[in-house]
Amino acid sequence: MALTESDINAIWLTIRLAFTVTLILLIVGTPIAVWLAKTKSWLRGPINAIVALPLVLPPTVLGFYLLIAMGPNGPVGQLTQELGLGLLPFTFWGLVIASLFYSLPFVVQPIQNAVEAIGKKPLEAAATLHAKPMDTFFHVIVPLAKPGFISAAILGFAHTVGEFGIVLMIGGNIPSETQVVSIQIYDQVEALEYAGAHRLSAIMLGFSFIALLILYSFQKRGIAAKFRIGR
Amino acid sequence: MKIIAALSFTFSKLLIPILCISVLCQSVQASNLQNVNAGTSDIRPYSSDVVQQVRVAVASNFIKPMQQLKAHFEDETTYKVLVSYSASGKLFAQIINGAPYDVFLSADQIKADKLIKREKVSPLQRFTYATGELILWSSTPLLVNNTSEILETNAFRKVALANPKFAPYGQAAVDVLTNLSLLEQTKPKWVMGESISQTYQFVATGNADIGFISHSQKPEHGSYWLIPPILYTPIRQDAVLLKSAEENAAAIAFFEFLKSNEAKNIIQSHQYTVD
Repeated sequence: MALTESDINAIWLTIRLAFTVTLILLIVGTPIAVWLAKTKSWLRGPINAIVALPLVLPPTVLGFYLLIAMGPNGPVGQLTQELGLGLLPFTFWGLVIASLFYSLPFVVQPIQNAVEAIGKKPLEAAATLHAKPMDTFFHVIVPLAKPGFISAAILGFAHTVGEFGIVLMIGGNIPSETQVVSIQIYDQVEALEYAGAHRLSAIMLGFSFIALLILYSFQKRGIAAKFRIGR
Repeated sequence: MKIIAALSFTFSKLLIPILCISVLCQSVQASNLQNVNAGTSDIRPYSSDVVQQVRVAVASNFIKPMQQLKAHFEDETTYKVLVSYSASGKLFAQIINGAPYDVFLSADQIKADKLIKREKVSPLQRFTYATGELILWSSTPLLVNNTSEILETNAFRKVALANPKFAPYGQAAVDVLTNLSLLEQTKPKWVMGESISQTYQFVATGNADIGFISHSQKPEHGSYWLIPPILYTPIRQDAVLLKSAEENAAAIAFFEFLKSNEAKNIIQSHQYTVD
């Protein structure tokens, strides 16, 4: 069960990528989720649909559009070049941006559901106590929707770890930069190195199972919490 | 509910490989059954009252000529050709796991060797159907001036090549860079495609300014260097007729058709050389 140096590099890179993406998504996704949970605006439907798009789109579609958009002739590519950032495909930050799109619904939807489950009452109670929006958020929404945030973090992390199609299209397979575990497995299968592929695949299987196990144990408590709030 | 939907989505992603594996297992059983039938009685797996067909697995660099070959072959015979395009490594893995292909057009010779070693193919049923040519291409006009200059001067941002670990055109690209003593100098600028088609895509979208692709892929626009064949080991691509198809008249006919002058002309017209 000895991992090669490039296996370890790939695992480390994957963890770095998933961690960065989860962190950014929790920061960016939370306001979107809270807004979606509370708003009555007509924009709710369209924004919900956009957030959920990566669930149904093939990763190849996302990867293809990102490759074109971030390329030298694409709008994003021209912007990043003007800002002196260079081009994003084949870089770690290019993967981060792609993964933000790809894992967005996995972070937004659990938080949105949890906030919806809180209902109006606790928020109205907070308002009668003159709580400012930020106070309400940190002292009412976050504690009550905690299981949702935990689910969001686990799902966002796990889903980014499992990302393959987009990375294949915009990654360029550069060791320690874009060569993540799923790509490394793919390469080993292509190169007929099945023993190496087995090693990493077994690790992925174990990781995914544990992530989902943790998630479900939290969700049980989450449902209990919802019932308490409902009364 | 949405969480559950999202989860069932991740599960469905898991389910697909599981389903694929079970389908593969079934096809293994099916092909074993076919072999038993063929061995013990006169019942052929292909009955004569339906249109006989040949299932061909084709390496992705050979898509364009294959489309033409299929059209010509189907015009001239009553047989039908079913084609699957993919990277040779993937096709090879499918074949050793029982995928029901009759003819396999690989992008190299290694996979043919391995299929013979695994007794999936008789050593007699194998020949080189095409030899690929490597070019260095850019979608920008005049960037590549039909010499190695741009590589020598290092005046580019990224160079795309197919992954040399398993793609023969990628290995050829590494040969070229090694022979020009530019391997170490260019390595930080490499981006690797999983196949020669993806390598082309990296260059075509401008994300890599230059890239090593197959001559047969070269479009009208851009600029290129036709790399002298002395700089790399020839990319000889072998075709095999699977043992399980040795009784299939359509497969035999197509395999023989590939060796005909007509087929050779089509292959040559796509910038491959033939023996």
